[in-house]
Amino acid sequence: MVRPSRNKRPNYFDRAAPWLLPAAPWIIGILVLVSWQAACVIFALPEFILPRPSEIIAVLITMAGPIWFHASETLLTTSVGFALSVAFGLLMGIAVGSFRFVYAGFYPLLIGFNSVPKVALVPILVVWFGIGRVPAALTAFLMSFFPIVVNVATGLATVEPELEDVLRSLGAKKRDLIMKVGLPRSLPYFFASLKIAITLAFVGSVISESIASSRGIGTLMVRAASDFRVSLVFAGLVVTAAMGVAMYGGFALLERHMTAWAIRPNERR
Amino acid sequence: MFGNNGWELLLGFGLLRRNSNTACTQDVVTKVAIMRGEPSFISIEGVCLSYGRQDSIHALDGLDLRVERGGFAAVVGPSGCGKSSLMKLVSGLRAPDAGCIAVDGNEVDGPLKIIGMAFQNPTLLPWRNILGNVLLPFEVVDEHRYTIRMQRGVNEDKARALLHAVGLDDVERRFPWQLSGGMQQRVSLCRALVHEPALLLLDEPFGALDAFTREELWDVLQDLWIARKFTTILVTHDLREAVYLADKVHVMSRRPGRIVATHDVPIARPRRTEVAFETDFIEIVHLLREQIRPQLSPDPLAVVARTVS
Repeated sequence: MVRPSRNKRPNYFDRAAPWLLPAAPWIIGILVLVSWQAACVIFALPEFILPRPSEIIAVLITMAGPIWFHASETLLTTSVGFALSVAFGLLMGIAVGSFRFVYAGFYPLLIGFNSVPKVALVPILVVWFGIGRVPAALTAFLMSFFPIVVNVATGLATVEPELEDVLRSLGAKKRDLIMKVGLPRSLPYFFASLKIAITLAFVGSVISESIASSRGIGTLMVRAASDFRVSLVFAGLVVTAAMGVAMYGGFALLERHMTAWAIRPNERR
Repeated sequence: MFGNNGWELLLGFGLLRRNSNTACTQDVVTKVAIMRGEPSFISIEGVCLSYGRQDSIHALDGLDLRVERGGFAAVVGPSGCGKSSLMKLVSGLRAPDAGCIAVDGNEVDGPLKIIGMAFQNPTLLPWRNILGNVLLPFEVVDEHRYTIRMQRGVNEDKARALLHAVGLDDVERRFPWQLSGGMQQRVSLCRALVHEPALLLLDEPFGALDAFTREELWDVLQDLWIARKFTTILVTHDLREAVYLADKVHVMSRRPGRIVATHDVPIARPRRTEVAFETDFIEIVHLLREQIRPQLSPDPLAVVARTVS
C-alpha cells in the first residue's frame, strides 16, 4: 500500500518565511535608497541636480520644524477637501447609480469636468476665495470626488435585477433597495475609490499651494526650488508621499474591517 | 455602468416610449367583468406583452392561465418563450400591454406584496449571514416592517423552523459563500417563504444544480408545499421536474407565448423519486415532450427561405 507522502511539494510562495511579507516594503525601499545613494556617489552628482538620500534625511531632521509647519497645513487642507469629496461623492454616486435620469443627465457633465486640468481652476478659485486654505481644500475636493462618484454609482447600478425583483415583489420602495442592497453592495467599490481619491486629494492641495498659498508643502517646495535647495524640495516630496501612504493605509485597514464579506478567507492575510 | 442604455437615454429620454396595445387583439374590458367572483386564485386572461426597442420582442400573445388556491402549477415551454415574462406579470413587476391578471380576486396593478420569489441564481446578500438573509423579507414587507423590533424572536423562530425544514441546521451564522450551491438555493427558498406568502413564484429555481441535489430539493419543496399549501407557479424547462412537482402542467408555445395545452398530473402525493420511473409518470413526460417539440424554434433554413421569397 502506498502511503500518501507527508511532505507536500514545496510551493515557492509558501516557502517564503512568514516575516518576509510584512518586511518586503522595507527591504525594497532600503534597496532603492541604497542604489540611489550609490548612483549619486559613483556619478558624483551635485546636490542641486539630484540630492543623495542621506542629504534628504539630514534636511528632514534639521528642518523638521518648518517642514511640520507646512506639512500640517497640507494635511489639514487635504483632509477637509477629501471629507468634502467623500460626502459629495457618496450623494452624487447614489443619485447617479439609482436614477437613470440623473445618470443620463449628469454623467457626461462629470466626465467632461474630470477631463479639465484642475491646475487651470486654481487661479479662478483664488479670484473667488483669495489666496490660502480655501482654494487648496477645494482643489483637493475637485481632484478627488470623481472616482468616488463613479465607484459608488457602479456598485448601485450593478445590483442583480433578480435581487431587485425579489425585493420589489415584497413591496420594497426605492429607498429600501438602496439601503438594504445598493449601499452595502457598493461599499467595496466605495473603499477602493477612497484609496485612489486620498492620493488625488494630496495632489490637488499641493498643486494649489504651490500656485497660491503662503503655507503648505507646495509653497515650501516652490520656495526651496527657487533657492536651489533641492534637498528640501525632495524632503517635501518625501513628506507628502509619507502622508499619502499613511492615509491610504488607514483606509485599507478600514476597508478590511467594513467589507470583510467581500474578501474570501483564502485571500485574507 | 448601464451599458449603452445611458447614452440612448441621453439622446432621447422619453421620446422612445413604446406605444402599447398595438400588437394585441384581445378585448380586455369584458374579460375583467367575467373574472370577478371566480374561484381561481390566479386568473390570467388574454394577456399580451411586448418589450425591447419599439416592441421588437413580442413575448406573450393572448395567454390564458388559471391556478386554483393552494394549487401547484408548472409552466413548461421552449427556451425564450416568455416564461419569465409571465412571472413578472403575475408578480405585478410589469404591466401587460393588454389582457387582465387577477390574483385573489383583485386585478394586479402594481407589485404584489404577498409573493415569494426564487430564481435560478440564489441571489443571497453576501454581507449577511444565513439567518440575516432569510429574515430580509420581514424588513421590507409592510405588514412586518413596523413591528420588526418586537417580533424579532418570533421571526427568528420562523426562519429557523424553515431552515430546519429544508435540512439546514447549524448554518445560520455562516455566510452565503461558505455554502454549496444547493444549500444556497435552499436558503433562497426559505427567504421566499419565511413571510408566509400566499403565492410562490419559482423561475427555474433548480436549473443550476446537479441532478442529485435537484431531486433532493424537489422533495424539500414538495414537503413544504404539502405542509403549507401556498399557491405555486413553477417555471421550468425540465419536464420531469414539472410532472414530479405540479398538479397541473401548462405547455407554452414558442414566442409569442400562449398556453397550448394543460395536463393534470393525477399522481398521489407525497411523490418520491421512484414515481419518476413508473409508466404513468413517464407517459405524461413523453406527452409533454411531444407537445413541446413543434414549439421549438423553427428550422433556421426555413426562416431564411421565407424571408428571401
